[in-house]
Order: sequence, then structure tokens, then C-alpha cells
Amino acid sequence: MSTVTMTVNGKSVSGEVEGRTLLSDFVRNNLNLTGTHIGCDTSQCGACVVHVGGKAVKSCTIFAIEAEGSSVTTIEGMANPDGSLGTIQQAFQDNHGLQCGFCTPGMVMSAAALLEENPNPTETEIREYLEGNICRCTGYHNIVKSIQAAAAA
Amino acid sequence: MYDFALQRPQSLNEAIEALSVEGAQALAGGQTMIPTLKNRLASPDVLVSIGGISELQGVSETDGTVSIKAGTTHGVVAATVESYPALASLAGNIGDPAVRNRGTIGGSLANNDPSACYPAAALASNASITTNKRTISASDFFMGLFETSLDEGELITQVDFPVPDAANYQKFDQPASRFALVGVFVAKYGNDVRVAVTGASEDGVFRWSEAESALAGNFSSSAIDGLEVDPESMIEDIHGSRSYRANLVKVMTKRAVAAC
Repeated sequence: MSTVTMTVNGKSVSGEVEGRTLLSDFVRNNLNLTGTHIGCDTSQCGACVVHVGGKAVKSCTIFAIEAEGSSVTTIEGMANPDGSLGTIQQAFQDNHGLQCGFCTPGMVMSAAALLEENPNPTETEIREYLEGNICRCTGYHNIVKSIQAAAAA
Repeated sequence: MYDFALQRPQSLNEAIEALSVEGAQALAGGQTMIPTLKNRLASPDVLVSIGGISELQGVSETDGTVSIKAGTTHGVVAATVESYPALASLAGNIGDPAVRNRGTIGGSLANNDPSACYPAAALASNASITTNKRTISASDFFMGLFETSLDEGELITQVDFPVPDAANYQKFDQPASRFALVGVFVAKYGNDVRVAVTGASEDGVFRWSEAESALAGNFSSSAIDGLEVDPESMIEDIHGSRSYRANLVKVMTKRAVAAC
């Protein structure tokens, strides 16, 4: 076991991990931040997307130790400081951008990364950017609508 | 996955030293390595993460050459390479955005997956692949399925691509994995044309020399019309038969030439 230290949602955190501990397991099990979902655990579904150093990554496909010293943002970091929903989260609620909600944390984190890079994406750009996020409720239409609404907000 | 010690050296020298230990393996972006470990297809004692080494990061472009440090992610290549648009576009269509934020050019070349995109660009451009020991021409680098001419403990540090007069990469996506079902990279250097094919052959990336000769005399998609690819050595799986892939090689080559 070794100690890993990073900044998660603005707070400095550390924990004991094995070499093989994935970042997804670290945030869920060590930090109890269970908003990050593990869907496929094979880097395909995107439910586990978090930001590391401002970049969207699949947290099931990076070891916790690789994020040593990094600034990490999870879905819990997307709410406003007063606890109300952030702009993207609110847009998902307003546009019924989720059904079962399992994929939603990853969708919101990918949407945030997209809007950071490209504040006014076209529908095609949104759909292309979500290539690595799978929604099994087939809710893509309203997810895209939510991201368009968040961009306009 | 089986446990291992994960080391995170901060310099190239430290990484080379760590990799010289028996049972040590390099970890670049991990987008293939980590799924491989999860499937227990690899069980190194020590994984040496090279992600924290700043001397392995970055892109530079000088007259006629794009130099990419081995630890540079696909996302960075896609966003920064200007003088070789076909290469930037190839990088920008690997996997998905989150995968491109982790996966690296060095990792992709060292792994030499028979369906990966970068080997086609490297071979078609006859890129120079520099390691901690030597520089290897792409023509001498790819040795078949997941095999390269890298020695044990040898690490790619940089890849130099001569910028062609014209180039294009056409990828027929395997839609679930986003690897190439067949991908063809065509690059034209003066009268010399190189055609590299990925995703198709059981021996990994290869040059389609008949197409190269035909295109050297007549650089148009019609030059390919009379050629056939032998299906014998093509990959056959649930996504496509040998003859389907052989036909795709021809179709993708024609599209790439037309788009040059």
C-alpha cells in the first residue's frame, strides 16, 4: 500500500491505495464519493468520467496513483457552493435528460468538458463528443437537448 | 487484476532504470494496458508509469517534420499539430474524447495492435521512432501482431513524421470498439506514394505495394480499380470476413486517394 494525495473537488485528500487501485475505486471507496458510477469497468460506457487536470477521463482506466498531485473533479463537484444544482445539472433536470440516471454523472462530466472546450457546440458536435458515453435508456435526444440548453444558459 | 507495484518516475533516466528490472513493464496512457491487466492477460510485477515525465510531452513542428514526444496524448496531437492535418485528424478519431485524453502515441506504437490507427500513419510516413537507445525507421519497427523491434526495457521517446505533400487517412470504424475494421493511410512524397493498411491483416499493419506502384504512376483513385487484395492473410471475425476486409482495403484506399 502507498499513500496518494490529490485535490478532489477543491479539497486536498489522501488515502492508502494499492498499485492496482483504480481512480474510480479510490473516489468511491476511500472518499465515499459514490456519484461516480462504475458501469462497464472496461472503459466503454463512460459512467465513470471525471476530470483530471481539467480533462475528461474514464476513472476506471487510470490508477489512483497516476492522479497523484492532480486536481480532480467528480460529479459531486458540479453543484453550486450552496448545494443547488449547477447549470448543466439543472439543464438535465429541466429537459428530462435522464431516465434511470445511471449514466448521468458521466454525461454531465463529459458535457462540462465539451462546453469548456467549445461553449457553443452544434448538435453534431455534442453527439460526437458523447461517443464514449453510453445511455441504455436510449435517452440521447434529451441529453443532447440538455447540453444545448446548458450552453445557452 | 493481479496486484503490482506502481512506480511513477519523474525523469526519463529514472524510468529507464526502473524498466531494466526483470518483470517491469511500462505504463503509458493505460487505455489498452489497464483493460489488459483487468483481463489478466498481463501480470507484471512492476508497472512503471511514464505519465509524470515532462520530457516525454509535447509537439514541435519544424520545416517539413512533426516531432511528437512519446507521452503526448491523442487529444493533444489532434489539437496542436498544424502542418500535417491527416495526422491530426487520425489522432482526433481514435476512441472517444476521454480515451484521447489519456492514450499516447508511444503507447499505441509500442503495443502495435493490428487494428490501431497510429501504426498506419507511422508506416505510411516512414516515421522515425526514437527510443532511449536508437532511432528505428517505421519500416523496420512493426514486426507483426503486437510485435515490434523494441527490446526488453527499451522505451519510445519521440516520433518524427516527415510531412508529405498530400495525405489522407480513411478509417472504417468497428462501431463498438472504434478501432479500425480497416484503415488506410495514403501519403504522397513527390513521386513516391506510400499506402499503409491497418485493421485488415493477421500480420498487423502492412504496406500495399501494388497500390503504391500504381499510384506512383497515376495518383488517382482509378489507378486502384484493376487491383485486388488477396483475402488469404486477412483477419476474419464476427465483424467481417476475409473477403469483406480485402474489399474494404481497396475501397478505403480509393477514398483516401480521392480525398488527398
